[in-house]
Amino acid sequence: MIKKIVLMGNPNVGKSVVFSRLTGAKVISSNYPGTTVDYSKGKMLLDGKQVEIIDAPGTYSLEPSNKAEEVAVDMLNDADVVIDVVDATNLERNLYLALELLERDLPVIIALNIWDEAKHIGINIDEKKLEKILGVPVVPTVALTGEGIKSLVSKIKEAKSPKKIKPTSEKRRWIEIGSIIKNVETVEHRHHTIRDRINDLTIRPLTGIPIAAGIIFISFWIVRLIGESIISYIMNPIFEQGYKPLMLGFGEWLGDGAVYNILISDTYGVIEFTESFGILTTGVYVPLAMVLPYIIAFYFLLSLLEDSGYLPRLATLVDNIFHRLGMHGFGIIPLFLGFGCNVPGLIATRTLETRKQRFIAATLLSIAVPCMAQMALILAFIGSKGLYYLGIVFITLLILYITIGILLNKVLTGSSPEIFLEIPPYRRPSLRATGKKTWMRIKWFLKEAIPFLFIGVAIINILHVLGVIQWISNAVQPFMHGLFGLPGESSVALVTGFVRKDLAIGMLGSLNMSAEQLVVAVTMLTIYFPCVASFVVLVKELGVKDMIKAASIMICTAVIVGIILRFILIGV
Amino acid sequence: MHKRGIPLTHLKKGKTGRIIYIHGGHHGGPHGRHHGAHGFQRRFHVLGIRVGQIIRVDSKQPLMGPITISVGNSQMTIGRGIAHKIIVEEL
Repeated sequence: MIKKIVLMGNPNVGKSVVFSRLTGAKVISSNYPGTTVDYSKGKMLLDGKQVEIIDAPGTYSLEPSNKAEEVAVDMLNDADVVIDVVDATNLERNLYLALELLERDLPVIIALNIWDEAKHIGINIDEKKLEKILGVPVVPTVALTGEGIKSLVSKIKEAKSPKKIKPTSEKRRWIEIGSIIKNVETVEHRHHTIRDRINDLTIRPLTGIPIAAGIIFISFWIVRLIGESIISYIMNPIFEQGYKPLMLGFGEWLGDGAVYNILISDTYGVIEFTESFGILTTGVYVPLAMVLPYIIAFYFLLSLLEDSGYLPRLATLVDNIFHRLGMHGFGIIPLFLGFGCNVPGLIATRTLETRKQRFIAATLLSIAVPCMAQMALILAFIGSKGLYYLGIVFITLLILYITIGILLNKVLTGSSPEIFLEIPPYRRPSLRATGKKTWMRIKWFLKEAIPFLFIGVAIINILHVLGVIQWISNAVQPFMHGLFGLPGESSVALVTGFVRKDLAIGMLGSLNMSAEQLVVAVTMLTIYFPCVASFVVLVKELGVKDMIKAASIMICTAVIVGIILRFILIGV
Repeated sequence: MHKRGIPLTHLKKGKTGRIIYIHGGHHGGPHGRHHGAHGFQRRFHVLGIRVGQIIRVDSKQPLMGPITISVGNSQMTIGRGIAHKIIVEEL
């Protein structure tokens, strides 16, 4: 009886597109127990029965070279059937994993994917012959259009473990592969296509860097467009017209008092979703109406860039810089997402391999990358004082990102391996697979991050009511003037910034400070500590010990930068 | 040992070469790491970086940045340190 099907295959063979073709709407992405590796699973109908189907992380061989590949190999242990997705345009190297799978005592069926493209570029594979040699069903598929998927499903029952392929050495396997290729594959002369031209243009530095800048610019523009549209046409109407009257009614029923202050608002009878600080008002509005729309937009764009094949090229172009900061080219992904919200950015540090790389990426993100909500307020408050001041804030952050990166790379022990990544050909993204991926990521974000945002607002509310916030503010107050040349009241904003940096910037804006003071305060606010949601995610990703290390770096940096900016801008 | 062999890093953009030797051999890998250098080596091999394969340099990022190469139908980006360990003879 087949209960569990595992999809295996090299990276970039369209495995997740096959997955999205096979599964229904109910797919989930989760964390493999004991690791930071994410994978997706779903269900499909096979002969009227529900069967679980798992999309294993891509791997080149069964001898894992990283955690994700380890997980993939581990997943084989409770597979009833393995669907090996093979890239027909790269048969030789895909056969390595195929042979390894066939050597195991496991029923295997092979999906010869990207079949259309192989033909298009002049690669002809005799699939019947291949089937005979390997002793398992081989089904040509084009997952992008769905071609061959039905036939693949109907042949799942015929998957088998061929007894004739015996475990052997790596060398023997390559020899075997060589003879299989000779037998089943013929290659015609290949023309230089437009796609090759585009590939060259996007990967050579001279043309690639301007194109990359353009693509990033357009991506941010689209993110804003999507994010703002969701906020003004969907979220705000829902909250203002649907949710607000409900909460006002609930507030009246509660009556004024501490419970009202914690749940609804600090002023009786008035609800301002962005400022009221109630768990049920601001606590719900900020994550769902302000942050989520941008997360959706960012995740969609990321999935699109990923599925089109552009990301590895971008990683190649920026690798040089990121390698000096102790990461490698993929360090740009957490950075990109971090501009939306630091939380998904921090989670994306998992794409980096070593502990050192992840620590650097997470720390730099927390220090120097303002999220969308923060950015909007920085633009509003400091932008109004002039471009010059805005420039100081962002250039300071940029300098910090680079110098702290270089320093951490030098100081920290541990390795930061060089880049080594495959550049898949450009492919038209499948809207279905990209959409599904975005949806899974959003669901995952809702589950992982929203509760923390919620808890964060709750904690601060309780601390506020208990007077703890006031106490901390009072304690910090004397330093504000002495060290940074700021009014004492700004300490309240800094402490508030622990939960909501955007709101804190708003509070600073109302303090009647000079432009110079505002620059010092806002820059420090960005650096000194992550918001509470990022904080919790940081603890989860780095562990308590490393989090304390990261937090000390943040606070020290904030103090030093505050003092330096004060002397430069305000004087003694 | 390899008279005509040069490290891949010395191959100019657009030129091809045949791999004649890979430093690090079967143990240690291009950079031995926590996760079994074997696995890493394997990934290398699977992507086509094996002795005898023909390799083409597609682009080099400036200032010691990574190198993009093609082997067969695969294209990949590797750091200079790794590229330096691949010895080729120019074709």
